[in-house]
Amino acid sequence: MAADDRTADTRPRAGDDLIRLSAADLAQALTGGEVSSVEVTQAHLDRIEAVDPAVHAFLHVSAEDALDTARSVDRARSAGEDLHPLAGVPIALKDIVVTRGQPTTAGSRILEGWIPPYDATIVTKIKAAGLPVLGKTNMDELAMGSSTEHSGYGNTHNPWDLDRIPGGSGGGSAAAVAAFEAPLAIGTDTGGSIRQPGAVTGTVGVKPTYGSVSRYGLIAMASSLDQAGPAARTVLDAAWLHQLIGGHDPLDSTSLTDPVPDLVGAARRGAAGDLTGLRVGVVTQLGGEGYQQGVLDRFHEALEMLTAAGAEVVEVSCPHFEHALAAYYLIHPAEASSNLAKFDGMRFGLRVEPTEGPVTAERVMAATRGQGFGAEVKRRIILGTYALSTGYYDAYYGSAQKVRTLVQRDFAAAFERVDVLVSPTVPTTAFRLGEKVDDPLAMYLTDVATIPVNLAGVPGISVPPGWPTACRSASR
Amino acid sequence: MTTLVDYDDAVRRYDPVLGIEVHVELGTRTKMFDGAEQSFGAPPNTQITPVSLGLPGALPVLNRTAVEYAIRIGLALNCQIAQWCRFARKNYFYPDIPKNYQTSQYDEPIAFEGWVDVELEDGTTFRVEIERAHMEEDAGKNVHVGGEGGRIHGADYSLVDYNRAGVPLVEIVTKPILGAGERVPEVARAYVQTLRDMFRALGVSEARMERGNVRADVNVSLRADASAPLGTRTETKNVNSFRSIERAVRYEVSRQAGVLDAGGTVTQETRHWHEDNGTTSPGRIKSDADDYRYFPEPDLVPVEPSREWVEQIRASLPELPAARRRRLHDEWGYADAEMRDVVNAGALDLIEATVTAGVTPAAARKWWMGELARTAKEREVELEALPITPAQIGALQQLVDAGTLTDKLARQVLEGVLAGEGDPEQVVAARGLAVVSDDGPLLEAIDAALAAQPDIAAKIRGGNMGPVGAIIGAVMKATRGQADAARVRELVMQRVAEG
Repeated sequence: MAADDRTADTRPRAGDDLIRLSAADLAQALTGGEVSSVEVTQAHLDRIEAVDPAVHAFLHVSAEDALDTARSVDRARSAGEDLHPLAGVPIALKDIVVTRGQPTTAGSRILEGWIPPYDATIVTKIKAAGLPVLGKTNMDELAMGSSTEHSGYGNTHNPWDLDRIPGGSGGGSAAAVAAFEAPLAIGTDTGGSIRQPGAVTGTVGVKPTYGSVSRYGLIAMASSLDQAGPAARTVLDAAWLHQLIGGHDPLDSTSLTDPVPDLVGAARRGAAGDLTGLRVGVVTQLGGEGYQQGVLDRFHEALEMLTAAGAEVVEVSCPHFEHALAAYYLIHPAEASSNLAKFDGMRFGLRVEPTEGPVTAERVMAATRGQGFGAEVKRRIILGTYALSTGYYDAYYGSAQKVRTLVQRDFAAAFERVDVLVSPTVPTTAFRLGEKVDDPLAMYLTDVATIPVNLAGVPGISVPPGWPTACRSASR
Repeated sequence: MTTLVDYDDAVRRYDPVLGIEVHVELGTRTKMFDGAEQSFGAPPNTQITPVSLGLPGALPVLNRTAVEYAIRIGLALNCQIAQWCRFARKNYFYPDIPKNYQTSQYDEPIAFEGWVDVELEDGTTFRVEIERAHMEEDAGKNVHVGGEGGRIHGADYSLVDYNRAGVPLVEIVTKPILGAGERVPEVARAYVQTLRDMFRALGVSEARMERGNVRADVNVSLRADASAPLGTRTETKNVNSFRSIERAVRYEVSRQAGVLDAGGTVTQETRHWHEDNGTTSPGRIKSDADDYRYFPEPDLVPVEPSREWVEQIRASLPELPAARRRRLHDEWGYADAEMRDVVNAGALDLIEATVTAGVTPAAARKWWMGELARTAKEREVELEALPITPAQIGALQQLVDAGTLTDKLARQVLEGVLAGEGDPEQVVAARGLAVVSDDGPLLEAIDAALAAQPDIAAKIRGGNMGPVGAIIGAVMKATRGQADAARVRELVMQRVAEG
């Protein structure tokens, strides 16, 4: 971003009425006819125009499509048609979600120019429910990163301090929600990519149970870990969106067949403030060395709030969590190295022909991948390729899967004693842009608390207990 | 250049060992992992979905019918069926593989540890042990444009047709086939033929070799004798006709014997088969450098066929070709050699249908293996291609049995049917070929014959029946063969006795 852009005040102000409303309140206002979807959508498009040059949450804004949807929802409403409660409430989609007719790059130059011919299942659901899609949000290239600095299309800035990272990989979605550019956004979470951006932008991010939200049409990074989920400013809004996108999908073999539980009802009951009987486990291994004092202070305040609301807070040990990060950085690159093989310039996206020598398929593939992928993606492809190689498979991928089982057992044992586990979402608040971008290990450590949840497939949520830190909980 | 060793000489001095991998394309309506239809000959890239193309975000969903077909094949091959097995990703870059990995079963096949008995031409059976049968997806097809003969080398550019990408395949892998000796080419061919017939009987594939529904990779190695360790093998890929399989095996035996005779070592490699000159040439060298980085496919859940389902499938298996042959052999009472000839002539189905049409097995065999086999040979067509149906043979035989036709007349009627003159009844009517069964005209002819040959008539009257054939022959001639010789003989005897 140019320095000039940073002078824009991206913080919310009183008077930005529509954009400041929660999705639930917008839905109510729309249902009550107090406002039209066109007005709501236009307000957010105006906001994007005003602040996104500074924030750079969006890679692509689809104003016309969003207004078309808004108009048709307004017409349907005035015709008295039965509409989804969220109909007319705009939404932003992480650019890893495949959208028919709209660019989808996953933050990578290798997909530049690709216009998908199909919609992801969650996009089909979102469109069917009548949510105007504002556009596609920025992210670390192919979801690899924790700061959105690895995007092939420039950084996203934290709306609260433009010199700081918005988290990653879904920094665009979190920043869009935090900057009031969208009331709702879709993220994807493989190792914390919804929750960590939520934590550093003071928003809510949910990583649903593995299999509870369809993966069909999410550009796969690590298939056994990826899960799409909601980014929002309130828990109730996240629940509304979660409930919309959840449910069985016959196009995803790993999709659960269980019906979507009443998440909205649960969020409302939680908001009532009585947690009597709830057993809360504080994970011993997540919160000691490496955690900022301020983060720990806010976390302990949150625990006191839980106790005050009637919850029973106990300490729970999850001894294998300390190996989770290492296991994750074998399983994830291994799966990613295979998932990213299809980006070869043969069928879609970027195609680079070698400047000299024969133009063979193999050489086109190599030139395309060499130019199209960024450094972090290449690093992980190399790691994963190595981990899966004959002779190393058992030592690396095989061992990592065993650790994964042990982490799952830690959760199972913990849930014998408690209903939910809590910890700080991230060890630190938002760091400065550029601070860790050249130190992959430091960047990877950002996800130390979020990763066990992905390895075990359990759900996790990050909520701001008092900005600027966040508290994460996981439950069975 | 390797000197080829005469085949007979080679198998006298070396013990050949075979291994065969057969790929069969399953005849399911849709592909292995997506809803794209699959049928042969559709215009390029019309049977595709985001999944077939491996577009970003697309996910596989396993075709249940394909699993059922794979289990059918496994059961027919006397295999055990896995209680729990997975797919793996076989990672390698090639433009015809849309995802740059093939989704295939690796170390957890759906079926394993089986066997199949293969019947050889001399009537003996040879048991081939099956290591495993596993499920996988087919690749697309590269079309090389420009250059020579559609090969990639020298082509101007290449096109890819993804219609075939994702078509379900079952790959059947044998254990090393030992002890076939000089019969290795025949065993190889008979094994693939047995599988082809089995696929058709099971209804899992049209199994048309010429369309590539069934493809064979043939591994051959030589060793000094049956007690020596296995030699280095070559794998000749995509040998797609029965005759080619025999030829390719013979060629590899001769070639490898030449290499070994010259003190060389056989290179472990894949080889290409050249139909035009009956040779193989080296392809890719197989080495440890091939690393497919297999790992369990995380986008699919494990396949866990319930025992109830497997038993249901087992109970619904149709009669397999070998069992059917054994049953018909017993029912028809043919000699072993007769049965073998029938099978080799491709007459089994025709004779079975003819028997169903009411003809005795012996008579049915006589028709198909006699007159009709001769005609087919003259016309250089398969028996089943002759313009005559088992039902027509049934009608013809009925006319013979009823005495309307003699064997000789029946052959003329057959000729008429084959000439397209209609059903046997129509030919009989049109050609006026029915047996003269009225004694009147026959007696007239007999009297005329006796009168024409008085010396023979005298001998007969004198009790010497020897020359009676001359009279019968004359009568047959007079009636243009339409008389029943036995009846004529009876009438001659009567006439002579009368006086």
